[in-house]
Amino acid sequence: MTNVRPKVDAVIVGLGWCGSLMAEELTRAGLTVVAIERGPWVETAVDFPPSVDMDELRWDTRRAMLLPPAIETITFRNDSSQKALPARDWNFNEWGYNVGGSGTHWAGMAWRFLPFDFQPYSMTVQRYGAEQLLDGLIVQDWGVTYDDLEPFYDRFEKIASVSGKAGNLKGEKIPGGNIFEGARSDEYPLPPLKTTRLTDLFTEASASLGYHPFMVPAGQTSAAYTNPLGVRMGPCTYCGYCLYYGCGNWSKSTPNNCVVPALMQRENFSVLTESTVLRANLAPDGKTATGVTYVDKDNRTWEQPADIVVFSAFQMQNVRLMLLSKIGKPYDHASGEGVVGRAYSFQTVSGANIFFENEYLNQFIGAGALSAQVDDFNGDNFDHAGMGFIGGAGILVVSRGARPIGNADFVPPGTPRWGSDWKKAYTHSFQNGTFIFGQGTSFAHTDAFLDLDPEYKDIHGLPLLRLTYDYNENDRRSAKLIEDKSVEIGRKMGAKVVVGTNATNQHASPYQLASDHTNGGAVMGLDPKTSALNRFQQSWDVHNVFVLGASSFPNNAGYNPTGTVGALTLWTAKAIIETYLAKRGPLVAN
Amino acid sequence: MNRRQILASVAALAGNASAAQAVELSGEMPWEPGQANVPPLPEPGPARWAFFTPAEAEAIGAMADRIVPADDLSVGGKEAGCARFIDRELAGPYGRAATQYRLGRFVKGTAEQGIQSPLAPADRYRLGLAALDRHCRAAHGRGYANLPPAEQDKILSAMEAGTLDLEPVDAKEMFEQILQNVREGFLADPLYGGNKDLVSWRMLGFPGAQYDFRDVIDLKGKKLDFVPVSMIDKSP
Repeated sequence: MTNVRPKVDAVIVGLGWCGSLMAEELTRAGLTVVAIERGPWVETAVDFPPSVDMDELRWDTRRAMLLPPAIETITFRNDSSQKALPARDWNFNEWGYNVGGSGTHWAGMAWRFLPFDFQPYSMTVQRYGAEQLLDGLIVQDWGVTYDDLEPFYDRFEKIASVSGKAGNLKGEKIPGGNIFEGARSDEYPLPPLKTTRLTDLFTEASASLGYHPFMVPAGQTSAAYTNPLGVRMGPCTYCGYCLYYGCGNWSKSTPNNCVVPALMQRENFSVLTESTVLRANLAPDGKTATGVTYVDKDNRTWEQPADIVVFSAFQMQNVRLMLLSKIGKPYDHASGEGVVGRAYSFQTVSGANIFFENEYLNQFIGAGALSAQVDDFNGDNFDHAGMGFIGGAGILVVSRGARPIGNADFVPPGTPRWGSDWKKAYTHSFQNGTFIFGQGTSFAHTDAFLDLDPEYKDIHGLPLLRLTYDYNENDRRSAKLIEDKSVEIGRKMGAKVVVGTNATNQHASPYQLASDHTNGGAVMGLDPKTSALNRFQQSWDVHNVFVLGASSFPNNAGYNPTGTVGALTLWTAKAIIETYLAKRGPLVAN
Repeated sequence: MNRRQILASVAALAGNASAAQAVELSGEMPWEPGQANVPPLPEPGPARWAFFTPAEAEAIGAMADRIVPADDLSVGGKEAGCARFIDRELAGPYGRAATQYRLGRFVKGTAEQGIQSPLAPADRYRLGLAALDRHCRAAHGRGYANLPPAEQDKILSAMEAGTLDLEPVDAKEMFEQILQNVREGFLADPLYGGNKDLVSWRMLGFPGAQYDFRDVIDLKGKKLDFVPVSMIDKSP
């Protein structure tokens, strides 16, 4: 007999950025909320104080905070002619396994997407014609615009204590900021982080080439700060232990640092940790969910009944939960019908490895998002006429910490990987070697999709999610342009050795760690034939199920996703509180 | 491995203090005094091999001395403690591949699909070193550790290229494993048994376990001459 907990107004699956922001909104509106989190409670003073944080082997090399593939992984193949096999070791799925989710270990680049990124179909057709879209490419508008989301981006940045400089304040372009960004209503809550030798070299070189460099908006505090929820953050000390690490200083934007302390004070909120949700359960007519089924750390099965079910379990798990719960029509590659699993996208990465001669870059000084970028080749910021592709990339350098173990192969081409020559080259590269990173747009394709694996299972006996994915021709064309631009900038920076890099020169692989930004599979949109969710991230099929995360993105922008998943979460929270609660049903006519 | 064993292994690897925590958290931050999530500390007492046989330890030490040779930049990998480091790792959850997905059929796939082997790192070392020893004795009359350095290098290069037969272990996979672990032993915090006297961090100019660079961040492009420190040894 299954154990049944008392019913609540809302159950939230996964307590990361999306789950904690939604829980904060709903509890403040008076709802009773239970969050169910697969991982354990973690906190600064116990789990990553400075005394244990400075440990590359543990946190970075061994990924101690991340969800191990032993607990859940995906199966992978490049195309549907192959058999998918499990990604058995650490790979590009860098999932959270703790309260805070991947928001605890992320690098902190806190972006807004461009207006183009939300309306890529209509803007491309308007400017270039439909012929610009290559065969098989899935390009569709999101149903929300940048202007719709602007107030929510603003609130997210203030809660998350983002450090940056506005480039477009109410239409006025401001040098020093990103002049290509959508118009903002307000400045960032904190000024940008300090610059470094590397960001200075990049800024000078790219400006002299006629581009428009700026400091990347960073989820690290440039000063002490109290956020709108009353949580106090300390100033970043540029320790360089950021991506993959918790922050011992209270200076990294994380759910743990920014939202959870306020959330835990609320009597109408509780979180069940070390508990794994298996699926949502549907009413007999299939129109609503009655709650979720989960397994606790003692292997007992429970039901958590709720009037609203939120999936905020990260992009891959959201799609898997929809499939296991039978919410929405699964995508069938052969027929092209169905939506759950359709429109999967990634991040198109190319750039340049550069090696100076007599520099002291001191890369051990840094923060996860201490970075300078140019957006001149991102999105639709340049004229693509005659180029045969859409999109582009942000091109950046980052001073993120030194990684002695992780960077051991970062030596000029032709260097042996071991022996005295390696030692000499690596010692030189430690101060002279770095990379220019083109973080590119990624448009989905009909041949790339997610579904349930026919053979491999997780520890509960449920099918793993299967990813069928390879780079498409649009990716290859945009990546080549960005590689060339990166090489140009690298040469202008005065590097002695400049080597172009391009992830799309090979087949995609989960072991190609160019990026960990997986997107789509349960996308939002205007048409239930091509989207699983409506413009409020509400399931078209089950009206009390809301799905939050990068799973909603029909395409990926040339940026990191977190700012946008945060803004979309707040947008959905408002729709639930102001509209859904009063009249429970579809928010958009189906 | 069943679900409970997998979770127990993973918790041990991550060092989570969660066993003592309540499952449902509400109403306040669930802080308990005296809790700290420290990494596993080395056992006190005389050093003993926890995993390697003395012969295996000798072979790995010799390989570490070729991968990280003694030269004017630093002592060799053996003296730096690489074999000690690897021994500890293999005796623990890392050696058992506790974080890897090990369910279902092991079927070799494309290069993109990665290693599909039932061998955990500990298995790879045990079987691989045995195969290497057989090869060395057959080809040269003695074990790897007793070969001249030039010959030791040739063998490593053949493993790297995948041209050496080390059945039942894939030679290239074994080489990548050893290379990665020797590097870790050389470059990780000395807490883990390697990087003796912070030798690699002195070589690189890496400050190690230091957390606040606000006073030097504006000294851009300057040689900073940090004396490295580790989490367990704050003395210069």
